[in-house]
Amino acid sequence: MKQGGELPWWIASIGVALGIVLLWQVAADRGWVSPIFLPGPDRALAALREGFAAGGDLTLHVTTTIEHMLYGWVLASVIGIALGALIGSSRRARDYLGLTLEFIRPLPASAIAPVAIAFLGLSQPMVLAVIAFGSVWPTLLATAHGVASVEPRLIEVARALRLSRLQVMFKIALPNAVPDILAALRYGLTVALILAVVGEMLAGQEGLGHRIILAARSFRSPDLFAGVILLGLIGFTSNALLAVAERRLLRWQGR
Amino acid sequence: MRFPRGLVVPLLALAAAEAAMRLSGLESDSIAPPSAIARAFATALADGTLLQATGETLGAAAAGLGLGGGAGLLLAIALGLSPALARLMRVPVDAFRPIPSVALIPIALLAWGFGFPMEIAIVSFACFWPMLIIGQAAIAGIEPRLLEVARVLRLSLPARIGKIVLPAALPRLFVAFRLATAVSLIVAVTVEITTNPLGLGYGLMQAQQALEPDRMFAFLLWLGLVGWGLNALLLLAQRRLFGRAGWVAEEVR
Repeated sequence: MKQGGELPWWIASIGVALGIVLLWQVAADRGWVSPIFLPGPDRALAALREGFAAGGDLTLHVTTTIEHMLYGWVLASVIGIALGALIGSSRRARDYLGLTLEFIRPLPASAIAPVAIAFLGLSQPMVLAVIAFGSVWPTLLATAHGVASVEPRLIEVARALRLSRLQVMFKIALPNAVPDILAALRYGLTVALILAVVGEMLAGQEGLGHRIILAARSFRSPDLFAGVILLGLIGFTSNALLAVAERRLLRWQGR
Repeated sequence: MRFPRGLVVPLLALAAAEAAMRLSGLESDSIAPPSAIARAFATALADGTLLQATGETLGAAAAGLGLGGGAGLLLAIALGLSPALARLMRVPVDAFRPIPSVALIPIALLAWGFGFPMEIAIVSFACFWPMLIIGQAAIAGIEPRLLEVARVLRLSLPARIGKIVLPAALPRLFVAFRLATAVSLIVAVTVEITTNPLGLGYGLMQAQQALEPDRMFAFLLWLGLVGWGLNALLLLAQRRLFGRAGWVAEEVR
């Protein structure tokens, strides 16, 4: 099976994906599924082309969604790494905060949206607050775990070298946590995209989340599918970019 | 017994919130003192709205978990046992997985309107992926000698899956199930908050729109308790059922 290398398998796999798209087209053309909620890929692509053409609004919505996702994610990552480092490096902080964190963590991040709306209204800051709150947890917990799980002998070395707490943090503990942090950042970005869409659906201003819910309300299914395809692309691309960055940054591990 | 330190922060926060609200005499549409939240919680519990909403949310989550998780498990078995099939499905899986489940809310809304079916459909989509990805890795990672034994014994495919594959992969499959359960609750609540007039998510949204912060926070705290309890229950089950194997499964995830 391995004789031909991987390439033929990739081509075959792309073929399978194209086959699914073809099946989708046939299902839409033959009217197997109501065209009200399943437009063919041809109509979805036409809606995409139209949306990106001059006078179309897709560019605006796509950049808005990406901005929401990135701003919220950066905010969450900075807070998550800082708090995670604090909590991970102090036994006492873990004792005092452990229960609180354990309670908040399984809370669905979108459940914080009504609270955010109550304080911030249906606004951009509300969207960012929801994204930041939701995607802070993976990073915070991974950083705390990575910082707390430093090899004890390294701590002994640090003590022998009389490093200060701050030096231990930046020279030993945080580097030790980097693999954990990077994996969590990638997951956090996925969460950020989901919550960007949720926030936009609720806030009803700009962004793909708002646009697809609007398209559904006015039964414009090609526009709806165009938006979903774009969201899939944003998710795929952002994940792939971070995966590449992760591999680059972790090359020293020699795995 | 020493006072558990984990309780200090939450209790202090509650006391501070209560004191601040009392002293400032603030009347707010967005926050409420803990005592009012406790009263609202008792009211919602007594009139049955809280439990009904919990039942709706958990019901939709469980149905979606069963449908989507079940489908994910079936495909995981197929792809885990057949490397050729796994390679063929690589591109389609990579193409569909990054679609955020919430993006499908409008599509499900068009197809089914408001109600349980659309919520269950979206929860299913979301639960499908963790079950498929972790399950496939678990099954592909089964000790090859076990599969050789199955071949030597000339077990039929169902017997091979039932007697060798599933038991061997069970600890990691349970980890996948636990994650999918967490996902199902999160997605169900998200669907309710954004669109669907059902369950705890809608209760939260309604309380916010009615400017009843005490009720909103009561629902929020309850939701946190439900999520925490569900996770704790499954962790306990994992420890009881699999012991050390459960921890190993967690590590290699």
